[in-house]
Amino acid sequence: MAAAGGSGGCWFLALALGVSLLKCLLIPTYHSTDFEVHRNWLAITHNLPVSEWYYEATSEWTLDYPPFFAWFEYALSHVAKYFDQEMLVIQNLNYSSHATVFFQRLSVIFTDILFVYAARECCRCVNGKRPGKELLEKPMFVLAVLLLWNFGLLIVDHIHFQYNGFLFGLMLLSVARLFQKRHLEGALLFAVLLHFKHIYIYVAPAYCVYLLRSYCFTANKADGSLKWSSFSFLRITLLGLIVCLVSALSLGPFAVLGQLPQVISRLFPFKRGLCHAYWAPNFWALYNAVDKTLAVVGIKYKFLDPEKIPKASMTGGLVQEFQHTVLPSVTPLATLICTFISILPSVFCLWFKPQGPRGFLQCLILCALSSFMFGWHVHEKAILLAILPLSLLSVESPKHAGIYLILTTTGHFSLFPLLFTPPEITTKILLMLLFTVYSFSSLRALFRKEGPLLNWLETIYLIELVPLEIFCEIVFPLTPWKLKFPFIPLLLTSVYCALGITYAWLKLYVSVLTESVTVRQKAE
Amino acid sequence: MEKWSLMTITVLLGLIVRWMVSFGSYSGAGKPPMYGDYEAQRHWQEVTYNLPIKQWYFNTSDNNLQYWGLDYPPLTAYHSLLCAYVAKLINPDWIALHTSRGYESQPHKLFMRATVLIADLLVYIPAVILYCCYLKETSTKKKIASALCILLYPGLILIDYGHFHLGFALWGVLSLSYDWDLLGSLAFCLAINYKQMELYHSLPFFCYLLGKCFQKGLTGKGLVLLIKIAFTVVASFAICWLPFCTEVEQILQVLRRLFPIDRGLFEDKVANIWCSLNVLIKIKNVMSPQTQLKLSFAFTFLTLLPACIKLTLQPSLRGFKFAMISCALSFFLFSFQVHEKSILLVSIPVCLMLNEIPLMSTWFLLVSTFSLLPLLLKDGLLLAYVVTTLAFLTVCETSFSIFEKTSEEDLQLKSFSLSIRGYIPSFKAFPKIIKSLFIVSVTLMGILTLMSATLTPPQKLPDLFPVSVSVVSCLHFLFFLMYFNAVVLWDSRNGRNQKKIH
Repeated sequence: MAAAGGSGGCWFLALALGVSLLKCLLIPTYHSTDFEVHRNWLAITHNLPVSEWYYEATSEWTLDYPPFFAWFEYALSHVAKYFDQEMLVIQNLNYSSHATVFFQRLSVIFTDILFVYAARECCRCVNGKRPGKELLEKPMFVLAVLLLWNFGLLIVDHIHFQYNGFLFGLMLLSVARLFQKRHLEGALLFAVLLHFKHIYIYVAPAYCVYLLRSYCFTANKADGSLKWSSFSFLRITLLGLIVCLVSALSLGPFAVLGQLPQVISRLFPFKRGLCHAYWAPNFWALYNAVDKTLAVVGIKYKFLDPEKIPKASMTGGLVQEFQHTVLPSVTPLATLICTFISILPSVFCLWFKPQGPRGFLQCLILCALSSFMFGWHVHEKAILLAILPLSLLSVESPKHAGIYLILTTTGHFSLFPLLFTPPEITTKILLMLLFTVYSFSSLRALFRKEGPLLNWLETIYLIELVPLEIFCEIVFPLTPWKLKFPFIPLLLTSVYCALGITYAWLKLYVSVLTESVTVRQKAE
Repeated sequence: MEKWSLMTITVLLGLIVRWMVSFGSYSGAGKPPMYGDYEAQRHWQEVTYNLPIKQWYFNTSDNNLQYWGLDYPPLTAYHSLLCAYVAKLINPDWIALHTSRGYESQPHKLFMRATVLIADLLVYIPAVILYCCYLKETSTKKKIASALCILLYPGLILIDYGHFHLGFALWGVLSLSYDWDLLGSLAFCLAINYKQMELYHSLPFFCYLLGKCFQKGLTGKGLVLLIKIAFTVVASFAICWLPFCTEVEQILQVLRRLFPIDRGLFEDKVANIWCSLNVLIKIKNVMSPQTQLKLSFAFTFLTLLPACIKLTLQPSLRGFKFAMISCALSFFLFSFQVHEKSILLVSIPVCLMLNEIPLMSTWFLLVSTFSLLPLLLKDGLLLAYVVTTLAFLTVCETSFSIFEKTSEEDLQLKSFSLSIRGYIPSFKAFPKIIKSLFIVSVTLMGILTLMSATLTPPQKLPDLFPVSVSVVSCLHFLFFLMYFNAVVLWDSRNGRNQKKIH
């Protein structure tokens, strides 16, 4: 990173090339079952007619992404056949020849070009107000590194194996387009993105409200409140047309075939449990932990009858429905309501006090974080949905930089259990150190004049992650508890990280809400 | 950003790339009966742990010297012993006598890789960092950029072998640049005792220190310094060899193992003169081994003489580093029984010159890695080779913008071209020639890499690609030998020469 010396625009290319080469070095590393998932989808889309895509169930990893992603796999499969025909046979479960690994890994690396482009566009949106500074201390440069070299993306996409890179590329690109006032393009990109992976629906409220408020209404009153007469029917028609066209293109064929209910049931598997096999560090992790503690305490002091307690252990590894012992059990509907309520204030804020694209971005991050906090069956990887957009804000204000540091460090740390094989433990620690050292030192250099970014409590909390990691990965496997309570490291990690993420979420929320108040007072 | 955080990032990048590359295959993986260097290292742990010190270098019923017998100096053997103790703690099967031959498993690979990484972290990387921090007349950015480039040099990363000798040699250079002559000679003695190949660097060390003593006057301070240095060298050697000093036969046997003259002029495909000449004349058949030995000695001695004389007469740190390059290069090109990996001994001093002559250093480092290509292909490291080389080129280009720095001053050829112009007045084209040569050579290396990786050689010439790789590299090295000698001899930063020119 220190490499990008004097010459003007080529530093960005050097950064992108550097990280791509690093990704190439990651090709022989461990890959999770997601690798087989995507191989299976390649085979399904390659061999079967469209009408059977969402019915095929030879492998347990059935197609559960929206149609655009299926088409994407279809396109990839036509390149894949030049690498290894065998990977395209549906019955070849868990097939992973060298050529297959090479092809799948390369496909992720190459589709990341979209992400690189999006990062470039985002860097252009950041205002580089501080001229005359060294390149290494320019917001643009810092943002480029924070996005391109993001630890979470590296390990989730290039070790664990997924295609998040180009999907986040689409999202960042649409955000950049909204920053550049190219609203229709932004809307189109987001609609397309939704039909690639439906998890992005979490941030859809931000898009809806922002486009309606700041694009469809062309003017504000003098005090900044809504001017109803400025509503533009042309604009809303255009937006509606874009959304409908994209949806028709994606879901249309299945609607014609009468398969929509099947597709929907594959996309939203509510039969899975409240939490993923490994608890994502969110509100429910804390909730479960409290429940478990109460249960243990209750049994010890004879408040509870051990006979009546359901035996399912949540972190046992299998995704299953779980009965809470003391606290009331949580239903999907309850999580939906909680998510909705937690998103509401941020959306209101966006509607009543529009602050241009920056306000939209804050709302988007809050939506992503809130749904991460309260959603049903959330994956720990979903934290990237908040971390990446927050990078954009972090290089602009010290307040956001502080929140970003807490959120990324804990969020990335919570990704650690994804990689558990011995060689990858070293890899993940080194990569994490690289990213963390860079983000801390660069953001501190960026806001040197504004004083420290974190207070002492936050600093202590983050430093405590080091002993936690040492305990979980080195000390614990040596203790006799390893066989009796194998879930303790996971539980500790997710509960400890849940604290940090909840704190960052609250802090961001408070800052957004109070900020709008002060602005309103100024306006008055 | 502060210097320390940039340095931390640099070190982490270096470590990450090293660790990633080690995921690939290793030398001799799954190839019985001899396996490869990996097995050699493991076997040494087995031998040193299980046998008494007196038997280490002798052929006994428990120690078959034909099967990767110890042929490194004592420090390497002690080091293997230390590793063996750790291995014993983790899994005794790894070093069990006889039964552990050809032992391969995932955890063991991890262990071996970790020993190399830790060794790098303890010896080599600190030396690089300190060296770069010491660099004079350079901005912080340049210091960090050179550290990054040195740490990302692909040759060392790909041949991960535990480069203690290089690490200690670097410590030697480092101490000399701080004017700590005794510490420098101690570090260098350790380096030699890790690997006898370090002798390639011994003449510059010797000449530099001797020259320094001369400068101080051989009757006063200089003599004291000389005695001190001599004492340090003798003492450190004595300590390293102490367990073997009980019998003369022990020492002789170790020496015989270290310098196997009966192995012939060259083995495999090395990018040196003898192997390249072999394409035209079969030297091994024409001459007796004794003549070969004499011939190679004569050539080596003649080619390294000018730089050494110059260094003794005008000892300077700059000259010392250049002399290290040219001496090691002469040894590599002309001496007896050279191994492909010995090119790393030339590369390390070249790395130290990266910030002074970026273009030539980058070029040389690229060629040196390229010359290892047949070895890397054999070990299945093609992907790692391509990736690390591209990364290295990118980093060098962005941090030093090598293509813009091609003036005569940047190439350190100012005085040389001035003196040439004395004979041919119109001669002005150095930068242009060098630049186009660089591009041609990089393209050639790219094409050859591509060909050796994808094409199958014709049946009549099964070694076509390795031989062409080594011949091409050899030609490059000859060119570099001339270049570096020209720089050393026409080095104008010393007072006397400057006067002559003006």
